Formats: sequence, structure tokens, C-alpha cells
Amino acid sequence: MSDLDPRDELVTHLPALRAFALSLTRNRATADDMMQDTVLKAWTNMDKFEPGTNMRAWLFTILRNNFYTSRRKLNREVADVDNVFSDSLSVKPDHDGRLQMTDFKAALNQLPDEQREALVLVGASGFAYEEAAEMCGVATGTIKSRVNRARARLAELLHLDDDEALELTDTATIAVVGNPGLPA
Amino acid sequence: MASKQDPRKAKIDSYIDQNLKKVFSELETDEMPDQITDLLSVLRAQDEEMQAKK
Repeated sequence: MSDLDPRDELVTHLPALRAFALSLTRNRATADDMMQDTVLKAWTNMDKFEPGTNMRAWLFTILRNNFYTSRRKLNREVADVDNVFSDSLSVKPDHDGRLQMTDFKAALNQLPDEQREALVLVGASGFAYEEAAEMCGVATGTIKSRVNRARARLAELLHLDDDEALELTDTATIAVVGNPGLPA
Repeated sequence: MASKQDPRKAKIDSYIDQNLKKVFSELETDEMPDQITDLLSVLRAQDEEMQAKK
């Protein structure tokens, strides 16, 4: 990765950056504007990027800072949501899987921005709690707390604490991910 | 992260993370908007122009 020209490396992170923008804004037009600002800012400030450090984290940080600055300027907490999650399914899974994913996306949509962001950074993008904390400009404990609250809220919204629901999701999850390490 | 003492929570967390990864990878396959590919073309052209002037 480090052998690449930084500008070429930037391009390789764009799909993940766009996924992060979509998950944060939940609105394609806003996500595209955020992407544009981020790419322009990163490209023209490439001399400020320290080679050998995590470019994806750097790009995500620029994007999220843009997002929260813009949200503060607009003085609104509620995003203009356009069902980014629900209409992005490009490959249709089986019927049960599709229903479960639809429910999951709807629940994800209901999380506060900060909790969804923390969960996406740690749970989906694979950043360590410490990295996510640095990116969000908060303490590591704050990120852990946001992730825990986000997971608890999703579990509540999806009724994952119910015995029956857990059994159903077990079957689907194991079928999809084939993780034999899960406790029975 | 869920503790080893709480397999039920570990199972729920794992289910959530697997679905999150799935949603995220679907979003990653979303087509790159024209405004971004156009912007990259302009930025690359500007860089080449600057290099040529040096």
C-alpha cells in the first residue's frame, strides 16, 4: 500500500469512503457532496498526509469533520434521509435473508448519528476502538460506550433478546457466514 | 466487545457485526457518482499540467 503514489492510493479508498459517507448521511446527494469536498481537500492537502499512516482513517476523518461541521451550520440533528440502506441492495439474498436485512437496515437507520458512526467504524470498517476514537476526536471509552449502546439498541429494535428471534437469526447467520466458532 | 462470560451477548454482537459488514460491502459496490470521477479527472489533469510546467 505504501509503495503507491498517495494520490493513487486515495482512489483505492473511495468505495469505502463512499460507503462511510452513505452510512453517515443516509442521503445520496449529501454523501456525494461530502465525498467531493473530501477528495478535493485530501488531494490538495496531500503534503499533510504522513506516509505510512492509515490513509483510510485520514480520509474518513476529513469526511466526518465535514459532515458534522455542515450539520452544525444547518443547526439540525435530523438528516434528510432517502433510504440509502433500503434501496442499495444490489444482489438479492434469499427471501428470509432479504427480510432480515431489510429489518436490520431499518433499525440501523434509527440509531443516532454518533452511535451509527461508531458502530460502522468499529464493526464494519474494522478500525480499532483507539483509531475510531482518534478519528472522532473523543476518548476511547466514549467510542466503546457508543458502540455498546448502538448494539444494545439494535438488539432491542430487532428483538434479538427473544429466544425465538435469536434461534432464527442463528440459523440465517450461520448459513450466511458459516462461523462455527459461535457458541451454540 | 462482548465478554467470554456472556455467550448470548457475543452471539448478538456477532450477528450485528456480520450484518453491518454486509450492508457496508453493499454500499461499497454502489456506483461511483460522475461528479467524483469528473473531479478526479480534473485534479489529475491539473497535476499533469503543473508537472509539465516544472
